[in-house]
Amino acid sequence: MTDWIVLGLLGVLSVASALGLLLSRNAIYAALFLVLNFVIGAVIYLVLNAPFLAVVQISVYAGAIMVLFIFVIMLLGAERLTPAENPPGLNYQRPLALILGVLALGLAAYVLLTRQASAAPVAQSVDASPTAVGLQLFRNYVFPFEVVALLLLAAMVGAVVLTRKTE
Amino acid sequence: MNDFLPIFVLLVLASGLVSLVLLISVLFGPRRRARNETKLQPYESGMRPIGPAQRRLPVRFYLIAVLFILFDIEVVFFFPWAVALRELGWAGLLSMLIFIGILEAGHFWLWRRGALEWEKMDK
Amino acid sequence: MPVVVEVTLKSAALIFVLLTGFAYLSLLERKFIARLQARIGPNRAGPFGLLQPVADGLKLIFKESVTPKGVDKPIYFLAPALVVVPALMLFAVIPVGKGATFQLASDLNVGALYVVGVMSLAVYGIALAGWASNNKYAVLGGLRAAAQMIAYELGMGLSVAAVVLMASSASLADIVAAQYPEQYGGILGWFLFRQPVAAAIFVIAAFAEVARAPFDLVEAEQELTAGFMTEYGGMKFALFFMGEYVKMIAVSALFTTFFLGGWSGPFVNEAPILSVVYFTIKVVVCLLAFIWVRATLPRVRYDKLMDMGWKVLFPVALANVLVTAVLILLGLPGYRL
Repeated sequence: MTDWIVLGLLGVLSVASALGLLLSRNAIYAALFLVLNFVIGAVIYLVLNAPFLAVVQISVYAGAIMVLFIFVIMLLGAERLTPAENPPGLNYQRPLALILGVLALGLAAYVLLTRQASAAPVAQSVDASPTAVGLQLFRNYVFPFEVVALLLLAAMVGAVVLTRKTE
Repeated sequence: MNDFLPIFVLLVLASGLVSLVLLISVLFGPRRRARNETKLQPYESGMRPIGPAQRRLPVRFYLIAVLFILFDIEVVFFFPWAVALRELGWAGLLSMLIFIGILEAGHFWLWRRGALEWEKMDK
Repeated sequence: MPVVVEVTLKSAALIFVLLTGFAYLSLLERKFIARLQARIGPNRAGPFGLLQPVADGLKLIFKESVTPKGVDKPIYFLAPALVVVPALMLFAVIPVGKGATFQLASDLNVGALYVVGVMSLAVYGIALAGWASNNKYAVLGGLRAAAQMIAYELGMGLSVAAVVLMASSASLADIVAAQYPEQYGGILGWFLFRQPVAAAIFVIAAFAEVARAPFDLVEAEQELTAGFMTEYGGMKFALFFMGEYVKMIAVSALFTTFFLGGWSGPFVNEAPILSVVYFTIKVVVCLLAFIWVRATLPRVRYDKLMDMGWKVLFPVALANVLVTAVLILLGLPGYRL
């Protein structure tokens, strides 16, 4: 029961931080709300008995990816962008966001309604220690793991090509 | 979950401490009205500040941050591997070597291309 | 006693010890550097200047808190907190003595990863302080700091990974246990001797993470005035100062845990309290080394610093982990559990 209450509270907090992100006019504030959202996500992983995932979430998302976001926001000076300056070419994004949002909600509702109602929120029996994760990853999921390397390599090449000055 | 309780308690106490420190300085510090503009001006070695401080930054900071994410993910994968290596044996080492091999090829390419030279990065 | 009360008392005690430690570390630094430079150092406030930190603290409390024009207020006030809180949080998983009594979050099986993750959060406070200050020196200082920290975080992460590999566990208590002297004959069990390369990388990265000399480009007076803290005064400055020193204590405590056998030492089984004494002694020795280096070495040039992070530290750390893995799989004497 306490699990449900804690998860509910975290869900509310998570939605609140997401709303904060959406409603901030200043891009840096939005980025900070996103960091908060990631941290709350990490706590949700903890409650769900996945401590490894929680610390990775902090380390990679909050610690690395958001640093990039903040750099980019500083780089572009985007924080001073007023709504009037929104490029007109992006107008199609609002209806698109609406459609995709409804689709995602529908998917979530489908999963919620079709899964067994009796299932406890927290999987107590699963061993989620780093050792267990390592054994799973390197025994059963070696191929996806190697594919990750290729993905990262592609990102690396992309980053360098994109930041190159055109001669 | 209970293992993490002390971390939350420490977080609450540490945040409380920081708020207290900030509050103390508001309560005890003198509050004098600035008589002229100069007092509140940002410090620029005694000159009047020219232009905004938050201007566009060199692209190299962006590149560094992207590379950091990629290699940080690489480092994170080392931890589950490191705790399980004694059980995984040579097969585990081999899969990690392939992973590292692919990424280090990228690292080497960056190096050769001069993407890691701080001075040349945005040229 | 309910768990929450116990944990709260322990956390409060830890924070109290850290604050006192921070205050006297600043005095120790001034005294020690003064001696190295053939001066005497502060000696007016109390015997041997022992009340100097109190005097400094009081002075800062009664300073006017000036908020310059054009700063982004919420972030300007949030930034010092974002520096101090992660620094304090690092101590949650460090075992400062034998047994669960002396470790807040006892035996977390993700302890080492937690340390790496929390350390990476320290970038925010500094980058945001620089950004919010509306000062060109501050912006440059904050960005330099952020780029420097992320470059050295990789090396540090991999040196910790080598330690985790040796101990086959990411729990800090297990890491200390894996260096238990009894099995390997005295201090030879320390990872300092079994993982010298990782230890060296950790030390270098630690200096860069804390941004102290010779890697204190963040606040290089000659180029950047006071870097990201240029526009900060009074207690807000004190918080940055505190953050730096608490982090210094934290990396020293981590170095002790990872490489100097943690709290272990002779007779800890007979008198567990001795373990805290050993731990403290080891941490203080690390801190003295920190200060000594500051008094000895000149500042590194920024491009050299970045080069070193990406081209030396990271590849060497990577090679070290892989070589260690091979040696472990071969089952060499020093590499068995």
